[in-house]
Parts: sequence; C-alpha cells; structure tokens
Amino acid sequence: MDWSLFLQHMVNAISLGFVFGLVAVGYALVYGVVKLVNFAHGDVFMMAAYFMFYTSLIFGAPWLSAVILGIVLTSLLGVGIEKVAYKPLRKYPRINSLVSSIGMSFLLQNFAVVVFGGIQRSFPVPEPMKKTIVLGEVRIQAVSIYTIIFSIIVVLILTFILQKTKTGLAMRILSRDFDTARLMGINVNRTISFTFALGSGLAAVSAVFWALRYPQIFPFMGQYPGSRAFIAAVVGGIGSLKGALIGGFVLGLLTVLIPAMFPEYSGYREAFIFLLLVLVLIFKPNGLFGQEVGEKA
Amino acid sequence: MKRSTRIMLSIMLIIIVYIFVFFAEKYMDPFIKRILNTGFIYVILAVSLNLINGFTGQFSLGHAGFMAIGAYTSALLYMSPESKLSNFFMEPLISPLDKIHIPFFWALLIGGLMSALMGFIVGAPSLRVRGDYLAIVTYGFSEIIRSLFNNLQNITNGPLGLKGLPTYTNLWWTVSWAIVTIIVIRRIVDSSYGRALKAIRDDEVAAENLGINLFKHKVLAFVVGAFFAGIAGGLLGSLLMTIDPNSFSILFTYQIITIILLGGLGNITGSVIVAIGFAFLMEALRFVEMPMKIFGITIPGILGMRMLIFSILLMITILFFRQGLFGQREFTWEGFFRLFTKRKVSQ
Repeated sequence: MDWSLFLQHMVNAISLGFVFGLVAVGYALVYGVVKLVNFAHGDVFMMAAYFMFYTSLIFGAPWLSAVILGIVLTSLLGVGIEKVAYKPLRKYPRINSLVSSIGMSFLLQNFAVVVFGGIQRSFPVPEPMKKTIVLGEVRIQAVSIYTIIFSIIVVLILTFILQKTKTGLAMRILSRDFDTARLMGINVNRTISFTFALGSGLAAVSAVFWALRYPQIFPFMGQYPGSRAFIAAVVGGIGSLKGALIGGFVLGLLTVLIPAMFPEYSGYREAFIFLLLVLVLIFKPNGLFGQEVGEKA
Repeated sequence: MKRSTRIMLSIMLIIIVYIFVFFAEKYMDPFIKRILNTGFIYVILAVSLNLINGFTGQFSLGHAGFMAIGAYTSALLYMSPESKLSNFFMEPLISPLDKIHIPFFWALLIGGLMSALMGFIVGAPSLRVRGDYLAIVTYGFSEIIRSLFNNLQNITNGPLGLKGLPTYTNLWWTVSWAIVTIIVIRRIVDSSYGRALKAIRDDEVAAENLGINLFKHKVLAFVVGAFFAGIAGGLLGSLLMTIDPNSFSILFTYQIITIILLGGLGNITGSVIVAIGFAFLMEALRFVEMPMKIFGITIPGILGMRMLIFSILLMITILFFRQGLFGQREFTWEGFFRLFTKRKVSQ
C-alpha cells in the first residue's frame, strides 16, 4: 500500500471513528448514570433521523431549524421512553431494564415500519456538505471535517455540563449511588430525565452526521450504529465519555483498515469486531481506558 | 401421592399425547400441523433457554446462535449429496461433507452435540462476566457465529443459505423432542444440580461459599441448554426447508425470551403453554396485515402491524407481568387433582 492510499484510509477511518464515537458518547452517558445497557439507543437515533426528515419535509423548514427541532423532539422521546419503559422497573434487578430496552428497541423499529413505511428514503443533504476537499492525493469530504469539529465541541460541552454545573454534579453522584443521592436532596427523577434528554439529544446529533454520510434512512438503520456504539462504549471503558470516543475511533480504524489491508478477510470484519468486544469484556471488563469501578454485577 | 403413581400418570399423559399425534398426523389440516410443529419447536427452545436464564440466572442472548449451529450441522449431514451439489454453485462444499448422508436422527444428534460444544465455549466466560455484561458477551458470540456463517462459503454457502432441505420434521419428531427436553430439564432442575443452579441464581457469592462449583454448574446449564437449542434448530431447518444465516438473528432470541418471560422465569409449565400459544398467536396476528372488509369499507392491510402488536405485547409483559402469566406455579399431578376434589389438602 502506498503512502497516499494509507493516508486516505486513515482519513476515512478517523472520520468514521468520530461518527461511531459520537453515537457511543450518548450511549455511554446513559449507561454511566443509570447503569442501563440501552439497546434502544440505536432506535432513538433512527427516530431522530425520521423527525428531521419529516420536519424538513412538512414544514419545508430550513435545514438547520429542522435539525434543531429534530434534536428537541428526540430528547422528548428519550425522556418519554424512560418514563414508560425504565422508570417502573428501577427497583427491580437490572436485567429487567435490559429486557425492557430490548423490547423498546423492537417497538420503535416496528412502529417506524408501520408509521413511516419500510422503504428507504433519501435524507436531504445541504450543498456545503456535499463538497470534497482534495489535499494532494487525499480526498476529504466536508461532512467528515464537520463531524470531527462538532464531535469535539459536543464532547467539550458535555464535559463542561458534567464537571461544572449542578445538574452535572447530581448526575455524577447518581452514577455512584441512587440512595445516597436521594439523601443528599438530589431530585433523582429529574436528573435521570435530564440524562435521558441529553443522551437522546446526542443520539440525534450523531444521527445528523450519520445521515449526511449515508443519506439513506429506513426503520432498521439504527441497528448497525447502535451495536457499534455499544461495542465502542464497552471497548473504550463503559461509562467514560472519553473512552467512548476512543472506542469509536478504534472501531473506525478496524472497520476501514481490515478490508483495506486484508481484502480476502473483509467478510469477517463483523466477526473480528465482535470478537474484540467479547475479548475485552472477558479480560478487561472495565474497558481499555476505563477506570476500576468495582464489581460488575 | 406416591412416586410410582406420579410416574404412571405421566406415562399415561404421554401416551395420550401420542394418540393425539397419531390422529393429528393423519387427519389434521397441514396448516394447523405446521403451526403445531413450530409450537413444539418453540417449546424445546423456551424450556432450554429457561434452564440458562430462568433457573441459573445467567442471562444469555445466544440462543439463536446455538440454533444456527444445530440447524447447519444437521442439514449438512442429512441432505442428500445431489441436493448439496445443486446448492453450492458459487463454491463447492468441502470434502468430506459433500459425500456424507446420514439419517435424520443422527444428524440432529450431532447438530445438538456441536451446539453443546459451542455452549461450553460460551459458558466458560460466564465465570468472569456477570449480569448484563454476560448478556452482551453471549450476544457477541451469536453475532460472531452469524458473521462466520455468512462468510464460510464452502461450508455454509454464505448468505445464500441452504435450500431444498428434505422435510423430515413432523409432529412425531417435534413432540418427542419436546417431551425429552421437558423430562431432561425437569430432572436436572429437581435434582441436587437444580438446587445448586437456583442457589447460583439467587446469590452467587453465597452459593460459592457453600461449596457449589460455579464453573461446573454454569457450564452445565449452558451445555444442556445449547444442546436442545441445536436440536430445535435442526428440526426447524427441516420444517422450513430452507435456512440462511440471517434467519438466526437476535430477533429469534428475543422471541424466545418473550416466551419465557410470559411463562415466568424458571417455570417450565409456563414456557410450554406460552410457547404453543405464541406459535398460534403469531399466525393469528397475520390477519391484521391482510386487507379487511368491515361494513363495505375496505381497510387496507398495514405491513409490519403484526410485529408492532407483538412488540407492544412484549412491552406489556415486561412492565406489568414481571412474574410472567404463571408465576412460579408449576404443573404437578397433586395440583391437577386438587382442581377436581374440593377437599382441603394439608401441606
């Protein structure tokens, strides 16, 4: 492989990695606070894409306002899902919420099939995003650059919320111990709602960048990025935002580089990635970059 | 009630079931027979997954993967060499699989054993990861299997799958295997192994301190569960006459989990009843996707409605029937006769 081709692959890997990372950050945020393996994250992501698609279609809204409206609607959806599907199960074993999130994922997919139809629709991509920048022999899509810039901004904002605001502090306490948090006078329900709003909003933001990259939306589009997010978050160290971003990056590298370097094994890419997940969980359950959080039961 | 009486009654019940099977095979509508076959395959799957998830408390999402192994292994053994030849036109099937042709029963058994071997491999990590992490690991394993089967063109025919499988599966096979599954798992659960499994489910640390070998028991549950999942996969392949890797996706595991949740975790009776009911319900729900005519107004069928209703039912079960429909109430002969005699039975 020559140098420019390698660079081209690296550029693709990094930009894909940031998209995965961005989905994973929303997922890891919810996991970190509520300790819920949220199988429905990918489907909230899918709903976000449809919200944006329909708001821009129905209201003929300008692109940016459709995106903002989409993010708001998705946040509300996330809060609603938590109220309906997770809150009633909070005092039961965690496995109940896990099954509930599987059911929710299933429900959202089938809801989308019935309401939006099972066919693929093309997502509107604004002109400036379609550009490609050529540097020497390396081609970079404008979308990739936007993705990287926005991912970094989003993670910085999140870090600020978590570290500097009162709600952020409440979320961090909640991630340690629910009962103590309640004793400290923290409104647990409100904080959890906020967490879900934030996590779903992040899913919506990542859905924008995903849909710009692959401008096809369909009811099952959330499965692939959803499972990637989940692997990225586990590999990077579940519950850690930085870990999720790095995990996404590792996945991006694997996804692009395996077929590029070993074309004869490209079909086994999925197997490799899931094998990585299984091995990390078995030998380093706290992830490659996560800190020790005690027994994972 | 004496133990021998209970055994006699059980044997009589089995004989009655077989008389029913005899007449059903002869006179029943093929459509209903097909649903019943599916129902009994669901029984095998649900009872075997219940051993892992319900009795041992090891939340596994890997059942579809075990099924896939059983389905493919047995299909490659019982298909005739000519039929294999017509399937593998992209790349030929590797030797000696292309020449092997053995009876259905042995093919099923080998499929089950291969799946049990996989159960051992998947069960081993359950010592290191617990709870929802184990769920993710088993999900990962199931996806790895699917990915491998999609790519091993010269063994599984890749995404094209296998077509034209001979239909050996009938009620004799499915009912017999369902009975074997129920008896074997009931025997395990009622033995000292079963008590150890339940102890692990209720408190792993305490169980270990009591001297229960965690590894041995957890792996036992996985191996037995996987064996029967493999058998069910083999039966299903021959019933549907076609298999491909994507029909064994996580969706299938969800369906089985729905069945055991509805029937009650750790409740074999519940799993059996719900599994058969589920097979009929899934057929009945097909009607919502067909166009209907009410008072002269035609309502077009909505595609996907069946699965939407199914997922709503799943959510209702998870949220409102946390103990399942049957809770912990198992079928026993004593309980059965108590239904008819009004006498108070002293506990």
